Amino acid sequence: MTFRVRFWGTRGSIPVALTAFDIRDKLARALVEASGRTFDSYEQAHAFASTELDFSITHTFGGHTPCVELDLGGPEYYVCDMGSGARPFGVHVLANQARRPAVVNIFMSHVHWDHIMGFPFFGPSYVPGTTLRIHGCHDVLEQAFRLQQSAPCFPVDFDQLAAKIEFVKLEPGRPNVVGKVTVTPHLQLHSGDSYGYRFEKDGKSVVYSTDSEHKLENRAESESFAAFFRDADMVIFDAMYALAEAISVKADWGHSSNIVGVELCQMARAKHLVLFHHEPANDDATLEGLLKEARRFEELTRGDQPLKVSAAYDGLELEP
Amino acid sequence: MALQARRFADALVVAVAGRLDQDNCDAFRADLMVHVEQSAHDGGAVVLDLTDLEYASSAGLRCFMLAYRQAKAQGGRILMASLQPMVVEIFEISHFNLVFQVFPTVREALAAASSDAAASYDKAAVA
Repeated sequence: MTFRVRFWGTRGSIPVALTAFDIRDKLARALVEASGRTFDSYEQAHAFASTELDFSITHTFGGHTPCVELDLGGPEYYVCDMGSGARPFGVHVLANQARRPAVVNIFMSHVHWDHIMGFPFFGPSYVPGTTLRIHGCHDVLEQAFRLQQSAPCFPVDFDQLAAKIEFVKLEPGRPNVVGKVTVTPHLQLHSGDSYGYRFEKDGKSVVYSTDSEHKLENRAESESFAAFFRDADMVIFDAMYALAEAISVKADWGHSSNIVGVELCQMARAKHLVLFHHEPANDDATLEGLLKEARRFEELTRGDQPLKVSAAYDGLELEP
Repeated sequence: MALQARRFADALVVAVAGRLDQDNCDAFRADLMVHVEQSAHDGGAVVLDLTDLEYASSAGLRCFMLAYRQAKAQGGRILMASLQPMVVEIFEISHFNLVFQVFPTVREALAAASSDAAASYDKAAVA
């Protein structure tokens, strides 16, 4: 039984990249941490970096916008959103297929630009014989995909793509069997609406819930999401801001916080919270800080069931 | 959650006790707003005495934020005082410590509000 979650894009709003300054800063911080130490080999230095340095020194959370693959072990692909992470995901699909046409099931949270911008660079859409099934709850789903590939914004029109592309309308709250998985959409609060998806297969469940603001005073809304997240093995959650930011200057921007993610997952008795849709203005150290704060909040408020808390980064693979 | 308020010159000290969460945040907010509006009208500050506040959830923290914004819009101020260690940590985790002025004691918060309020507090303490 295979059920693996692969994060190709985890950043919100707009792609970002490390700069030359950022790399120098990480190197300088690593050298300070290594002061007085000697390393006789690359392996010794690598072991030091892997075990004794903070994540934010040795890694980066990455900069691609949302694209999350669910590897269910079969010949078909399953992926949430087509942010800029869809480009490396497409490279992965092409390499994996070795010239065989692919079938890719795509689930769209919504059609804001950061969630569709990778599609024109998604290699399999240019391969004859490929089938792309784009699932979503928005009436404007197809319109949005066509619009971003219309002149003068992009040189290849949507109709020139070689793949067979189908748009599949889903209804919120209604379970659908798509290939190997049962998927249930859930309406979320976001400009123009967004939809979360709960994926269930062989007793395992993963919830993808991004671009979703939660009104803390609304108990019915909290209970609705607790039911959507109920007993999930993994909840991928829009944690773009710290709580104070989310409910003050960025209230009504359609996003949530690490703290609300912990609270809703605790209500739902979910097992693993994965912080997602990182604010593009936050550097790696800030994102690592938000993760540590979420973990500490979970410790302070833990009931009879611990909640594992992680932060997604481009390239991360997890099993629910 | 019944709010106990004490006046010290131009400042109002409002004591918050127990747990503040989704179950009681609406009632708390309604009670607190009465004091915030009155204080802003009088041109003074509200000091929230959190000595007996055991816990605040995100919904509870939102009440503080709304009160803070309303006070600010009306020319008033809200200061926080005497937080328990767990509440201090929750303020830090949620970054509320970057929004509110937080003081170790009610006396120090009143001193930051006005010298008259601090003097009034000292006088009451002696009496």
